[in-house]
Amino acid sequence: MTLAIDTPRAPAWPRWLRIDHPRASAKALGIAAAAVIGFLYLPIVVLVIFSFNDNTVTTLPLRGFTWRWYQAALANQDLLTALWNSIYVATLATLVCILFGVPAALALDRIDFPGKALFRRAVLLPLALPGLITGISMLNLFRVVGFDLSLTTVILGHGTALISVVVTQVFARLQRFNRRLEEASDDLGATPLQTFRHVTLPNIRSAIVGSALISFTLSFDEIPVTFFLTGRDNILPMYIYSTLRSGITPEINAVGAVIVVSSLIVIFFSVYLLSGQGEGR
Amino acid sequence: MCRAARHGLILATNARRPLAFIFVPYAIMFTYSFFTRTFPTMEPDFQFGNYAALLIDPQYYQVLLRTLKISFLVSVSALVLAYPLAYFLAFKIASARLRTALYVAVIVPLWVSYLLRAYTWKTILGSEGVLNSFLVWSGILSEPTDLFLYNQFAMVVTLTYIFVPFMVMPIYTALEKIPRSLIEASKDLGVGRFRTFLAITLPLSVPGILAGATFTFCLSMGDFVAPFLVGGANGAMIAIVVQSQFGTALNWPLGSALSIVMLVLTLAIISLSDRFERTGRLDLA
Repeated sequence: MTLAIDTPRAPAWPRWLRIDHPRASAKALGIAAAAVIGFLYLPIVVLVIFSFNDNTVTTLPLRGFTWRWYQAALANQDLLTALWNSIYVATLATLVCILFGVPAALALDRIDFPGKALFRRAVLLPLALPGLITGISMLNLFRVVGFDLSLTTVILGHGTALISVVVTQVFARLQRFNRRLEEASDDLGATPLQTFRHVTLPNIRSAIVGSALISFTLSFDEIPVTFFLTGRDNILPMYIYSTLRSGITPEINAVGAVIVVSSLIVIFFSVYLLSGQGEGR
Repeated sequence: MCRAARHGLILATNARRPLAFIFVPYAIMFTYSFFTRTFPTMEPDFQFGNYAALLIDPQYYQVLLRTLKISFLVSVSALVLAYPLAYFLAFKIASARLRTALYVAVIVPLWVSYLLRAYTWKTILGSEGVLNSFLVWSGILSEPTDLFLYNQFAMVVTLTYIFVPFMVMPIYTALEKIPRSLIEASKDLGVGRFRTFLAITLPLSVPGILAGATFTFCLSMGDFVAPFLVGGANGAMIAIVVQSQFGTALNWPLGSALSIVMLVLTLAIISLSDRFERTGRLDLA
């Protein structure tokens, strides 16, 4: 009680600055938060609605329901080839990410090696650096090495750009993992490989799967790296990108709606996996 | 122990490979930036002409300044939108499950097709777009305006939209970490809500703000999809110029020099905010 008297009293604030109605301020905050979340989903909703709208221009008012744009997209051979190439690229790029990303995360977690700090930065670099720079520097590399641009170069580029996703997620999970379990397995006579397979792997599996799913979806719309590394074979993001140059077609809305909705589902699933028993993030 | 060492050796040798794969390309780019351009290719050289051109030719430094300005505006607007949301999530939602669900709902758009989300803004802001036709329909405008698309406003809107989740994440994390007892103590001592916010919550969330602003600033600086889709003639950003040097303009040395400038700027901003964040942490300890 005496404490309160000893403390200098806060000077009075001008009336308009005093927010003394807890209910009113909480309500205002809630409305603001809801508006921002609405803002985040607005374009996605617009995209899906207009993919079913029977009009060649995306304008209000809506004209009526149609499957026309989906049928047109399914009949478009270039688009289907690009989609197929994208699936191929995304699958292999994800494999590259896992094959190099998981050992890298293990190394960061458990081993002190010379240049570790540098290595850590290098792995995270593509995440913070503009993708454009990653793309251009890879283009330079392939030119020096004498690689022709093809789907293979795109796969390597996506692998490099997306490996940081896998490393950060798996590393975060490893940091929470109780190493005693591995020691126990070791003491009970398991070989290192057995310990890895039966103790370590099950604990980081959901992080690996979750980050793999995210890499897969990101590979589907990676533009900055793809732009510099594609050869003759088109892949989906490049196809959409070059179609947009010639103007908007509702066909793109249809393809876009399919991609956005399916990646929404995949991402929700992978975020659930990554959060690991609802621990958040 | 021997097992761990063996394990380690395998992992370390494995780890060095991606390291080279990441660093060598940047080194090559650095080398190219000193080369001389001989249309349509280039010749090995060591001269600073490319960097000099960036400083002398207004075409380049003006674009660079515009890029910095837009990235700054984007960071500020993203902060204005993200802070109340992060605050609401961290303090106003009692149920942990609902909080996680809403947090996920904010993060998910970040991973969903960036290209398509940027492209949708073009259909919203265009002269026949959703916004215009809505305004005409509701009688606010008598005819569609082309003020919304192909300018810096459109770019700030699109980029802000894209980077709001990037801003929410670190701010939310910072707010979550603030001990509730500090805020209660301040209230017990008779300090009003607003002053408590200014004196305790806001300063303690500065590391989160810095992290979010760094990410947003660096990523919008390097973006070339938004300027391409909604930027128009006076919305060109540095990334568009870099891209054209490697494409139609076919001037790889100049493009490399520009990329190096971008790289240095980005790294400088990252390490600067790193340092600020660390001193901020020291103050609290």
